[in-house]
Amino acid sequence: MNTSPAIQAKNRRFSRRSNFGDSIFSNLTLVCALLVVAILLALLVVLNIDAFPATTKFGLSFLTGTSWDPVKEEFGALPAIYGTLLSSLIGLIIAVPISLGAAIFLVELAPSWLRGPASFLIELLAAIPSVIIGLWGLFVLVPFVRNPIESWLGSKLGFLPFFQGPPFGVGFLAAGFILAIMVIPIITAVSRDAMRAVPNEQREAMFALGATHWETIRSAVLPYCRSGLIGAIILGLGRALGETMAVTMVIGNGYKLTTSLFSPGATIASKIAGEFSEATGYVFIGSLVELALILFVVTLLVNVIARLLVWRFTFVKAQD
Amino acid sequence: MAEPGYLRRKWLNRTMLGLSSGAAGLGILILAIIMGYTLVQGIAYLNLNFLTQAAKPVGEVGGGMRNEIIGTLILVVLGSIIAVPIGLMAGVFLVEFAGPKAATTVRFVADILAGVPSIVVGVFAYAILVRPMHSYSALSAGVALAIIMIPVVARTAEESLRLVPNSMREAALALGITRWRSLVGVIIPGALTGIVTGITLAVARIAGETAPLIFTALGSQFGFQGLLKPIGALPLQIYNYALSPYPDWQHQAWAGAFLLIMLVLGISILVRWTSSRRKM
Repeated sequence: MNTSPAIQAKNRRFSRRSNFGDSIFSNLTLVCALLVVAILLALLVVLNIDAFPATTKFGLSFLTGTSWDPVKEEFGALPAIYGTLLSSLIGLIIAVPISLGAAIFLVELAPSWLRGPASFLIELLAAIPSVIIGLWGLFVLVPFVRNPIESWLGSKLGFLPFFQGPPFGVGFLAAGFILAIMVIPIITAVSRDAMRAVPNEQREAMFALGATHWETIRSAVLPYCRSGLIGAIILGLGRALGETMAVTMVIGNGYKLTTSLFSPGATIASKIAGEFSEATGYVFIGSLVELALILFVVTLLVNVIARLLVWRFTFVKAQD
Repeated sequence: MAEPGYLRRKWLNRTMLGLSSGAAGLGILILAIIMGYTLVQGIAYLNLNFLTQAAKPVGEVGGGMRNEIIGTLILVVLGSIIAVPIGLMAGVFLVEFAGPKAATTVRFVADILAGVPSIVVGVFAYAILVRPMHSYSALSAGVALAIIMIPVVARTAEESLRLVPNSMREAALALGITRWRSLVGVIIPGALTGIVTGITLAVARIAGETAPLIFTALGSQFGFQGLLKPIGALPLQIYNYALSPYPDWQHQAWAGAFLLIMLVLGISILVRWTSSRRKM
């Protein structure tokens, strides 16, 4: 428009005044959005600062150290890292086939009247508070894991290093079972959405070739949404790595490197939950905060990878 | 059939489809077992004393979780007071003001923040509030719960605001009112059911959170003594009592679990019921 600079300036002044409320409001929403970003950055910074006494004292040897001795102030994270990975691995080995099977049922097999309620019930499992799963795990699952599961595994497969030692009940195996229960809902829900995004032409083409329903699922549905499924599993991994209360209640608070799944152990999260409120001294607290920092960074990476996979899949789908 | 392997294919098909159905059934069965066990145990040990009395010291039989029930309500309200405005405004930003790049970034960060383990959030709240103030406090626990709640509220608010048709935005602006008035008066009310649903689900989630409370709220035998003092909470007390060697306390843990599960699942089912009615 060919208005003079003076008029332009006047208009701008006027609109600025009349939009005073608008600019406050939009800036307020901006601040709140930035706050979300700031919290994530603050987590990283604050945990680094508070872990400082431990990071300076132990350096990288914190990651490889195996002792946890508050009296001598010697702390190493390796058994906790190992316990976290081991219990999550057991959890995923149990949960992934069940979750994928459940997702296949929900997308491919269930009659439409059953689809909604069945999905809802499986997702309801995720709404049960962790501490209640832990309570149930402690009083119902742990005795069951001790006998028959562990005594049976010990007597039949005791020649394997995983199934040696006395059956305690509490330990890595029980923690793995609990984690499986806790990640089944999330893996099922995300992979169900991924399978649902597979276009029907894929299935029809496969059926037209004379394939059975299972062959269709295996060769036309699952490969098509593979990155979505992997994303779902990694999201489940992220959840399992950080799960705290239920695991703390059934893992039995040991601290050693062992191949035996029957042995009591610790995860990073259970170590923090169990000792933080009683910890004294900067090095002890710093070591626990450094554990939290490790957990934070690892789950951050895992979640970023999972989100990118799931997002990429839904993005590709949106383009088709 | 002449085709080789036909029977094998047919058998494999039946087996795998059967296993899939079984897996879905197993998921629902686990839910039923955990719920059923908690309900049976909880009803057996739930009584009036449990709801109306404070906790008794070690060794004395009886007592209840009155203070912890109130404590959980206070913490949930505190967390919501902090998280709801921030989450809601962040959601408004995502829909109404953000450019595509900013929106993607904030949305991504919110999803990542939602995936941060709650125990890490607890350590963070300890570091920024408990340590500088030299006291465990209800406030620090409220902040920890709010951090967990914010991304959930933001993302659900975003989704429900997106569902408000553009014609409503245009109609409001055509009346000559400013943008923020149209947001507060027209668009946010239009998305209110969805926003409330999101807040309710977030409340259900933080009501059961235990890990971030251990070293922020700490727990307390006394009732509410102010925001800067330790406070008891239902999930925290369930955890402490479950690991105690006293049968009476373990029974109370089950009664507490029953209350908590009724609260959380009640909210989930209610939300599901109202939102499915809304769609019809």
